[in-house]
Amino acid sequence: MAYDKFTILKSTAVPLPIENVDTDQIIPARFLKATERKGFGDNLFRDWRYNSDNSPKQDFILNDPTYTGKILVGGKNFGSGSSREHAAWAIYDYGFRCVVSSFFADIFRNNSINVGILPVQVSPEFLDKIFKNVIGDPSTELEVNLNDQTITIVKTGDKESFVINGYKKHNLLNGFDDIDYLQSMKEEIGGFAAKSNY
Amino acid sequence: MSTSPSTLFDKVWDSHVVRKIEDGPDVLFIDRHFIHEVTSPVAFLGLKTRGISVMYPNRTFATADHNTPTINQHLPVQDPLSANQLKALEENSAKYGISHWGLNNPKNGIVHVVGPENGITQPGMTIVCGDSHTSTHGAFGAIAFGIGTSEVEMVLSSQCIMQPKPKKLRITINGKLGKGVTPKDVPLFILSQITASGATGYFIEFAGEVFENMSMEGRMTVCNLSIEMGARGGMVAPDETTFAYLKGRELAPKGEAWDKAVAYWKTLKTDADAKFDLELNYHADNIEPQITYGTNPGLGTGITHHIPFAKEVKDGEASYKKSLDYMGFHEDDQLIGKPVDYVFLGSCTNGRIEDFRAFASLVKGRKKADNITAWLVPGSHIVESQIKEEGILDILNAAGFQLRQPGCSACLAMNDDKVPAGKYAVSTSNRNFEGRQGPGARTLLASPLVAAAAAVTGKVTDPRELM
Repeated sequence: MAYDKFTILKSTAVPLPIENVDTDQIIPARFLKATERKGFGDNLFRDWRYNSDNSPKQDFILNDPTYTGKILVGGKNFGSGSSREHAAWAIYDYGFRCVVSSFFADIFRNNSINVGILPVQVSPEFLDKIFKNVIGDPSTELEVNLNDQTITIVKTGDKESFVINGYKKHNLLNGFDDIDYLQSMKEEIGGFAAKSNY
Repeated sequence: MSTSPSTLFDKVWDSHVVRKIEDGPDVLFIDRHFIHEVTSPVAFLGLKTRGISVMYPNRTFATADHNTPTINQHLPVQDPLSANQLKALEENSAKYGISHWGLNNPKNGIVHVVGPENGITQPGMTIVCGDSHTSTHGAFGAIAFGIGTSEVEMVLSSQCIMQPKPKKLRITINGKLGKGVTPKDVPLFILSQITASGATGYFIEFAGEVFENMSMEGRMTVCNLSIEMGARGGMVAPDETTFAYLKGRELAPKGEAWDKAVAYWKTLKTDADAKFDLELNYHADNIEPQITYGTNPGLGTGITHHIPFAKEVKDGEASYKKSLDYMGFHEDDQLIGKPVDYVFLGSCTNGRIEDFRAFASLVKGRKKADNITAWLVPGSHIVESQIKEEGILDILNAAGFQLRQPGCSACLAMNDDKVPAGKYAVSTSNRNFEGRQGPGARTLLASPLVAAAAAVTGKVTDPRELM
């Protein structure tokens, strides 16, 4: 599914300073029963966000109106566990377009880019700086510039570069996806398949 | 392929690259693709929206496993959402000509159990599925890993995905596993050493005497858990054990094709001077039966140990304390003797016949503890039949256990097999995340032997004391 182009995102952020946030927390398995990609944002972080009687847990960050924005900032090893793309769908559907962490699990990173979320990996020190600023002052804005591959804490001017390969960057900047690319090389794939051992 | 020394992983990966994109991923050809009811419907919807089709339907296999009930499978599925997903899988498979092993098909079972047992999984292949435990198939010397639904759509429509080549990690373990130490304890031990993110960015080769002397089912258990280390997958070089397992299986090559295949498979090993980005070495003597106490699979230790202090673990202190709070445990608690409410034997990690044999060997002549609810769930109908034919069912029944029907079951608790909030489950599955086995459920991951010991004593028990 092609997605919106990603260029510069300037937004306040929601801090989630927890390590090893796994995809079962992002969206528990019992909410994976849809056959269409819609409505997953309602169940984002379901068991951290709601009590068993569906009342909101007041101490969870998504229930705190002080913190809003299109950028989610998570602790180390964000998105580990299951390959469920539903986790990325839920984050996107809730309204986030960028996730910042010091370390991402591999499958989650791929899934994010494939649905149009930019995963930004920063150093542990820079992540600490973001947490301190955002938690201390919820109006703190972050600016993510994909073209320059930089993330800036706007009010302090602290800036760090991040890595993304040229192909994926081009896709995100232009709203292209891998399926478009692969469709354009089917003849080459057919030739390869004809020589396959299996 | 280059003539410089290369690894098993290089050999398989490089022979599947259709195109290398400069400053981008490789376009990787996929030999076999497994799909199930949960992560495929949106991919099929994508095909429909784009007006494209399935390129090679005979390279994809569908099985229903994630949300299926484990009792009364002959009756209509009660949960309408699950029933709808199962129907979508059946209809999509029929529409595009994909083999479909739905509920009640004699070949039905957990995708990572049925692939190998029917000979679909073979050395040297690239294999993907919209499920992270696809790493299981690496036991055969295949490159196998989990993908997201967008990538399922890519494979359906072009038989390729786009992946940057991971770095290479070799984990070598020599020596002989001690009494009561099973294949499951090996990856749990590795996890306790390197954490749940220790192998992120890498693809693992498991090497050394411990893996060479392991059965195929044991190797599957090991490779299954490589994703829990953060790796995309893990693999073991194919050898005579691999060939003996595969020979005669329904979809394995036959006759001349078999001889030709084996000749090729024998070339699939790491050259003597090949370089890895990282090498880790352990000795079998240091591995005892393992159990986890936290909310990620890296938080485990030897069963005779105490729960470590926060300062001794690599996770941040706040996250570690949150994890122990959820479990209702404390630093320095002894694990032996901890109360247990549920025991789950099953999953793509430990739902094969050898796992049931191990469990039965320990409960034989004993009785299930009164405080334990036990769910024994075979990985497939074929495993279920073996359990009955080998007399294992009689042993289990005599000890007060019942057998359920195949499926993923309480491993991810998408169906009704949910551990209640606050209850402790010793589980042979692969994840102890918060709520994984049901909202509020507390999971202790362990081997089938440790599960059996808990099932008959009602608490965490060293299985060696019962052997």
